[in-house]
Amino acid sequence: MTMAPQSTQDTSLSGIFFGIVKRDVRLAWSQGGTGTMALSFFLIAVTLFPFGVGPEPQILARIAPGVIWVVALLACLISLDRLYQADFEDGSLDDLALSPLGLTGVAAAKILAHWVSTVLPLVVISPVLGMLMNLPDGAYGTLLISLLVGTPALSLIGSMGAALTVSVRRGGVLLSLLVLPLYVPTLIFAVGAVDATAGLVDPTQPLALLGAASLLALVIGPFVSAQALRLSLE
Amino acid sequence: MVFERLSFTLDPGELLYLRGKNGSGKSTLLRLIAGYLRIHGGTLMVGDDAWWRGDAALSEALIYAGHDNALKPVLTLRENARELTRLMTGHAVGDVALADAADVFGLTGLLDQPVRYFSSGQRHRSNLMRFAYLKRPLWLMDEPTVGLDTENREALAGLMRAHLDAGGMIIAATHDPIGVEGAMIDMRDYQPKVSLEEAWL
Repeated sequence: MTMAPQSTQDTSLSGIFFGIVKRDVRLAWSQGGTGTMALSFFLIAVTLFPFGVGPEPQILARIAPGVIWVVALLACLISLDRLYQADFEDGSLDDLALSPLGLTGVAAAKILAHWVSTVLPLVVISPVLGMLMNLPDGAYGTLLISLLVGTPALSLIGSMGAALTVSVRRGGVLLSLLVLPLYVPTLIFAVGAVDATAGLVDPTQPLALLGAASLLALVIGPFVSAQALRLSLE
Repeated sequence: MVFERLSFTLDPGELLYLRGKNGSGKSTLLRLIAGYLRIHGGTLMVGDDAWWRGDAALSEALIYAGHDNALKPVLTLRENARELTRLMTGHAVGDVALADAADVFGLTGLLDQPVRYFSSGQRHRSNLMRFAYLKRPLWLMDEPTVGLDTENREALAGLMRAHLDAGGMIIAATHDPIGVEGAMIDMRDYQPKVSLEEAWL
């Protein structure tokens, strides 16, 4: 076959990348999207703890960082289910795979969109929940920084699990089994940092390790997701 | 193995039909050319270059339309078309080009309707509309005529003829005649001759 060049404009890879990010953010906040779902889950689940544990301020203050982080992690997890599955079901994944950006770039764009649309609102709302959980005054800054530094790892690691389970019916449970063990280091470093601040210790070291976990996930996340998505197309 | 000894050449301005009963490998061949599937033996050449799946040159050369309509129900048809164009080129689609494309399949009045209200025939036409506003030399069409009435079938034939006249290429898997001249491959001729049992011996 010989090609008659027909395209009049050069393709713009950055245009494609940010096009996918915008598309996914918009779909996440449209009807039936995951953005509102994850945020409401986060709010309601954290609110349950003071009712369940009882209103002693010391106990709540002690468990506050862990509760906020664990529930943020679970809220992220329930939204990951649909990260690629919606596109797989309606056939859009075929189009995504044909994009000149390449599937690794597409996965990176979708992960960024997931973080911006679903995880960032959790980070923004977390100080309010900190007040509810009687988080020590000095720990708010570290909580926010730990969430900002650590949650990208949640989206990146989760994307690998979501891509592997995309063609599995009711893959949500399998996804949790795959992804939750991989979330453990992120959780330990993040809660370690907030606890350190609450105990008036320098949190730099756990925060640095948390950043390292995110960077490692950034290196392998999009690549592994793309390979897993290729498998699901076959 | 789905088929073997299959070989063909397609030049600019040519159309190739894939015929054969369900399960004979028409869709498989299309998905293989689009790069979704791995080739276990054989090559796919463009001029003198071999094509690999995931190749940017490959993805900039073709459009594929399969059984799933690849439309987001919450978005309008216009928004769906915009997203697809941006995904494939990184640029925005012109409103004029989009209006012309919608006109081909009589979808002008539906452009600003959310796709979730569409009937299955309208969804299929909306999916076929991508051939009218995305400019790519090679079209891969999987059962393009399913659910189309006579009028829209003629519109499709006209669109295909215009593409071929402009030097484009089309490979279409179909049961029905579309009414455009083209070569034909009958997938029955390329069924694997070795059965699974014999291969084990």
